[in-house]
Order: sequence, then structure tokens, then C-alpha cells
Amino acid sequence: MHWASWSAFWAMGGYGFYVWGSYGAVFLFILVEIILLRRGQKETLKRLKRMRNWEDQ
Amino acid sequence: MSFSIYKYASPMTFYGLAGRLIPWFAWGAGILAALGLYIAFFMAPTDFQQGEAYRVIFIHVPAAWMAMFIYLVMAFWSAVGLAWNTRLSFMMSRALAPTGAVFAFLSLWTGSLWGKPMWGAWWVWDARLTSSLILLFLYVGIMALWSAIDDRRRSDKAGALLILVGAINVPIIYFSVKWWNTLHQGASISLMKAPSMATIMLTGMLVMAIAAWFYSIAVALARVRGIILERERQTEWVKELLEKS
Repeated sequence: MHWASWSAFWAMGGYGFYVWGSYGAVFLFILVEIILLRRGQKETLKRLKRMRNWEDQ
Repeated sequence: MSFSIYKYASPMTFYGLAGRLIPWFAWGAGILAALGLYIAFFMAPTDFQQGEAYRVIFIHVPAAWMAMFIYLVMAFWSAVGLAWNTRLSFMMSRALAPTGAVFAFLSLWTGSLWGKPMWGAWWVWDARLTSSLILLFLYVGIMALWSAIDDRRRSDKAGALLILVGAINVPIIYFSVKWWNTLHQGASISLMKAPSMATIMLTGMLVMAIAAWFYSIAVALARVRGIILERERQTEWVKELLEKS
């Protein structure tokens, strides 16, 4: 094992802020992209269905 | 019955194909990212010059590669769309742009967080960093242009033109570290010579890069499905699909 302890792992040899700031941002952006995409798709389907029902009347 | 790839140029067949492919790429991305992160944090040793700070490269380099590569793919689809007026090509480049913008931003963000402890500066106006910032502006500009023009065909064509003109920036980014004296280091990996980094570090970086590829493909396919539905809503197959769902 490379790390002596969990706290050593989180400290990243004093560079914790930079390393976790990078990985945290990547994780956050990917999470937000996936959430927005899913929500967008549901809304598109709903809107298209509504338009379709409206055209039928 | 003969198999034809032209069949998949039709939005209807591509919609179904994309739907079947997404889970494979999404799971592939997840598994590869887990493996890549394990290599990055538990197998790769401490760098003798940069200490633990170098571990940022495992996402910085894949993000930067992806930002450039997605742009080239968008330029390819734009050229195809302008030349043959194929509907799906423009939809593909629209589906890719937001993901490209995300990676362009992340390459700058992670680079900045690496630059501060290594160079003592969050940002410098060297050729590599400046051309990478221009790439982010291009992505944002293209998306703004699309949404500024109401007429869909004109919007597609204007966007494609801007994408193609902006493509000149990609080789500039790539070769900037050779052409100019940059604070940013030169390429550690090239097709011409052996990579100048430890094998395990290289492996971790490549695994993360493939994970980024899979992620981008999955997300772009999911996005293009929404665009296809939107644009083909007057067709019978979309009407049927909406009734079934």
C-alpha cells in the first residue's frame, strides 16, 4: 500500500487542496451534466407529448 | 439482406441504435474510471519532482485531450453536414458541444490547480494556456450562435462554419509547446518517441483517457436522441413512439 494512513491519503503530501480541488470539480461537472441531461430528456418527452395532444384536439 | 452503414444515417434507425449503445458506453466509462482512479491513487508512485501534486495529470491530460478531440469530431460532422446536407451530422455536432465545453473548462481548472503549486501561478498568458482558453470561448461562442439564430437550417450552417474556422485552433494548441517558449511543459507522450514517464503513470492516464472517451460517447448519444425527437417530431415514427411511451 502506498499510503501510511487515510489522513496521509487526504493530505496528498500537502497538496490536498490542489489535488482534491481538481478531482472534485471533475466529479461535480460530470454529475451536473448527467442530471441536466436526464431532466432535459424527460422534459422533451413531456413537451412533445403535450404538443401532440394539443394537435389532436 | 445486406448490411449498410448508410441505414444508420437515418435519424430513426440511429435513435434506436444510440439507445442500445448508451448502456455499454456508460458502464464502460464507470468501470474504466474506477480502474483508472485506483491506478492513479494507489498504484502510481509519488513523483520525484512534483510530489503528490502530479496526480492531477490523471484527469488534466484526459480532459485536455477530450476537449480537443471533441472539437475535431464536431468539425468533421460540420464538414459532412455542409457538404451533403445530412440531417444527422448537424445534430451530432450539437450533441457534442456541451461535453466539449465541460472538458475544455475542466482542463483549464485542473491545470490552474496544478500550476499554482508547481509554477507559483494560477494562470500565465503562455501560448498553450491562451489557446486552450480560446478553445473554451469557441465552444461557448458556437453554442451562443446556435441559440441566437431561430431558423434551424441557418443556425446549423452558421454554427458549422464557425466550427470549421475555429478548427485551426486545435493544431495551434497541440503544437504550441513546440512552436513557442511556453511555461507549460512539452508533450510527455507522442507517436514518434517513447513516452517520457513511468509505465504505471502512463497506464493510469491512458485508462482515464479511454474512460473519458466512453463517457463522452455515452453522453453525446443520449443528447442526440433528445435532439432527434425534437427535430423529427412531425414524423410518423416519433408520433408512434410518443404514443407508446
